[in-house]
Amino acid sequence: MRVHAKRAGVLLGGLMAPALSMADWTLNMSPGVTGTSNEIFSLHMTILWICVVIGVVVFGVMFWSIFAHRKSSGRKPANFHENTLVEILWTIIPLVILVVMAIPATATLVDMYDTSEAEVDIKVTGYQWRWKYDYIDEEFGYFSTMSTSRDEIYNRTKKTENYLLDVDNPMVVPVGAKVRLLLTANDVIHSWWVPAFGVKKDAIPGFINETWTRVDEPGIYRGQCTELCGKDHGFMPVVVKAVPQEEYDTWVAEQKEAAQRERELTEKDWTMDELMERGEKAYASACASCHQADGSGSPPAFPALKGSQIALEDMDAHLDVVVNGVSGTAMQAFGDQLNEVDLAAVITYERNAWGNDTGEMITPKEVFEYKNQE
Amino acid sequence: MYLIFSFTMFLLGGAMAMVIRAELFQPGLQIVEPEFFNQMTTMHGLIMVFGAVMPAFVGLANWMIPLMVGAPDMALPRMNNWSFWLLPCAFLILVSTLFMQGGAPNFGWTFYAPLSTTYGPPSTTFFIFAVHIMGVSSIMGAINVIATILNMRAPGMTLMKMPLFVWTWLITAFLLIAVMPVLAGVVTMMLMDINFGTSFFDASGGGDPVLFQHVFWFFGHPEVYIMILPAFGAVSHIIPAFSRKPLFGYASMVYAVGAIALLSFVVWAHHMFTVGIPIAGQLFFMYATMLIAVPTGVKVFNWVATMFRGSLTFEAPMLFAVAFVILFTIGGFSGLMLAIAPADFQYHDTYFVVAHFHYVLVPGAIFGIFASAYFWLPKWTGHMYDETLAKTHFWLSFVGMNLAFFPMHFLGLAGMPRRIPDYALQFADFNMVSSIGAFMFGATQILFLVIVVKCVRGGEKAAANPWDGAEGLEWTVPSPAPYHTFATPPEVK
Repeated sequence: MRVHAKRAGVLLGGLMAPALSMADWTLNMSPGVTGTSNEIFSLHMTILWICVVIGVVVFGVMFWSIFAHRKSSGRKPANFHENTLVEILWTIIPLVILVVMAIPATATLVDMYDTSEAEVDIKVTGYQWRWKYDYIDEEFGYFSTMSTSRDEIYNRTKKTENYLLDVDNPMVVPVGAKVRLLLTANDVIHSWWVPAFGVKKDAIPGFINETWTRVDEPGIYRGQCTELCGKDHGFMPVVVKAVPQEEYDTWVAEQKEAAQRERELTEKDWTMDELMERGEKAYASACASCHQADGSGSPPAFPALKGSQIALEDMDAHLDVVVNGVSGTAMQAFGDQLNEVDLAAVITYERNAWGNDTGEMITPKEVFEYKNQE
Repeated sequence: MYLIFSFTMFLLGGAMAMVIRAELFQPGLQIVEPEFFNQMTTMHGLIMVFGAVMPAFVGLANWMIPLMVGAPDMALPRMNNWSFWLLPCAFLILVSTLFMQGGAPNFGWTFYAPLSTTYGPPSTTFFIFAVHIMGVSSIMGAINVIATILNMRAPGMTLMKMPLFVWTWLITAFLLIAVMPVLAGVVTMMLMDINFGTSFFDASGGGDPVLFQHVFWFFGHPEVYIMILPAFGAVSHIIPAFSRKPLFGYASMVYAVGAIALLSFVVWAHHMFTVGIPIAGQLFFMYATMLIAVPTGVKVFNWVATMFRGSLTFEAPMLFAVAFVILFTIGGFSGLMLAIAPADFQYHDTYFVVAHFHYVLVPGAIFGIFASAYFWLPKWTGHMYDETLAKTHFWLSFVGMNLAFFPMHFLGLAGMPRRIPDYALQFADFNMVSSIGAFMFGATQILFLVIVVKCVRGGEKAAANPWDGAEGLEWTVPSPAPYHTFATPPEVK
């Protein structure tokens, strides 16, 4: 009997070990900060407890048989092998449990699909590998790229608290307002997820998906892309900052003004140094994830720019590739993603960095003309 | 031969899993780059599903179905031969992509378009060809199984007297024939998109990326049951044998398998709850998916009732079978949780899903295969295997497996997405535990090789029926079973 007890101990130990020894590690879903996420949390807990109860009953009978009905304790086997009543019962009972479970689930689902009467509309576009947030009613938008440095990822410096979960420009939403999100993607399928909101929706190229959220507490909420989207799938976090309405209004006004200033920059006369400086930044956020910070690329999917034909020879061809992309390859059309200033800066940078010393530059005005002649 | 091939693939796929877990041991990138990490997750999935689990079951079918139905051999030996030799070819092609320029497929075993078409590596075309060949092989294997079962049963063995392993394989074979062509269709559309300028899945050419997912999962969901139903069958022989008591509810077992197989065709979109299907579709797929819990529950209840008031002993096959029932049920519970569409929005594409399908596939399919192997090894080799070693194999696998996959539930609930090569710091502790468990589980499998080799080379002679309570035609012939066993069909009453 002692051997049996020991075996049982190992058996239970195997099941319980992760649960017992790490009581303070996160074990469960968090209820989150929106109505939806709270409803999901309560559904999750209900179904979890139903499973636990069924598990206890079924495994209880099983362990009872394992301990009490052993051959070594001299049991003679019974010979029953059918009982219609019992079989019908254990078909009907789970069915009833399922129906009971389906009712609240249906209600929550209907609520999650109700995107009507939203106060703020934000278009979320997935790119390889960053997000773009367009505030449709306010006519401005910006990219949100991970700000964790490569040094942290490759263990050359200490990892910060929000390792992999920090971005340069978070999405900003007002507290207490119903925010409608329109999701799409530019290249492959991405999925936008903030666990604390209970919102996850795929961003699919060519399609617009709708979902909504209403955040009740101010704060910074973090999530990640949850649909494999290529190399840097693990490096495109979602960060949302929920602020009180007045602060949101001020922020929107600032953004609108900044967007206006950006548009005016196109008219400005740029010098080579200014373009190079801006180009380095724009290159780092838009191009470096594929073509690498030193322009070496990762062939064959992502060719090198350092010493390449495109970057050294005909300017128009270079412009065409950057603005219109190359169809059938991973090279995207950046004409809609970057403004004229950034396009000019990036191209100038690519033609003059890493020993590509063409000395040539292109101005935002020229890019503007190129884009509008087509 | 199928079994040897499948074990080789199991070790190869396992080695890739070790690379994945080694990278995920600590936050930060240490061993591999994200590109290679994605290739590893993709190849691990493909090799385990198509290279390890499916051929293993075909191997079991080839060996055991003729013995069980009282036939001399499979109905179509030449086709069988061809179907086997296609497999090494397919996997040679698949594995060779690792050495090609641009690397192996890196878009996950579900190869969602357009990541796998417009944005895929050049080796994708080879991958498509490999999938085609595997599909042909599976379909031929399935035809052979059906032909054998329907035509070569011993006189007196009516359909409702067939052993359950035969029943589950019959249904599995029909599933294979129904869905493998769908897989072939979807990869052919990919081939067209990549090489011939069509745009089935490219929205800019009027195509639809979501169409890919619908077609893929129409294949993918029945595929899941293809990998588990034969294990259901095998376990339904092993539990009664070591309980020394007939299987409880034979007829309801058969109906349950049939119901699961039918339902598996109408639940595919539960893999796609977040793609934005209309609410009516969402509700339909949620209800249909929840329904699957009913026949699956019936099976679990039947197994437990079989054990109840039996006279139980716990040799290695029984240990694996009991662990199968317990752990598969846990996987079933998490499956039920995933079926609740609103909750799925939180679970979808997180480690919770990874935990769920590893709980279904590892203790489900893989433990089912181990249990069958130990159960029938004496019949195959004529020798008993080393019981002490086999029990060690079981306990190490059991502990390792739970240590590797149980923490993944917590990781998923805490918000860790799947298929990421690196993770935020709050996920670090459980990932380390999981990696340790995975290494333990992986290393343990070498022991299985030792046990099998030892058993083939010698050991205690096995009687015609080495197990007290085992029943069926296969135990009426000497061990090892003679070549062309039933030259004259036995009578079944």
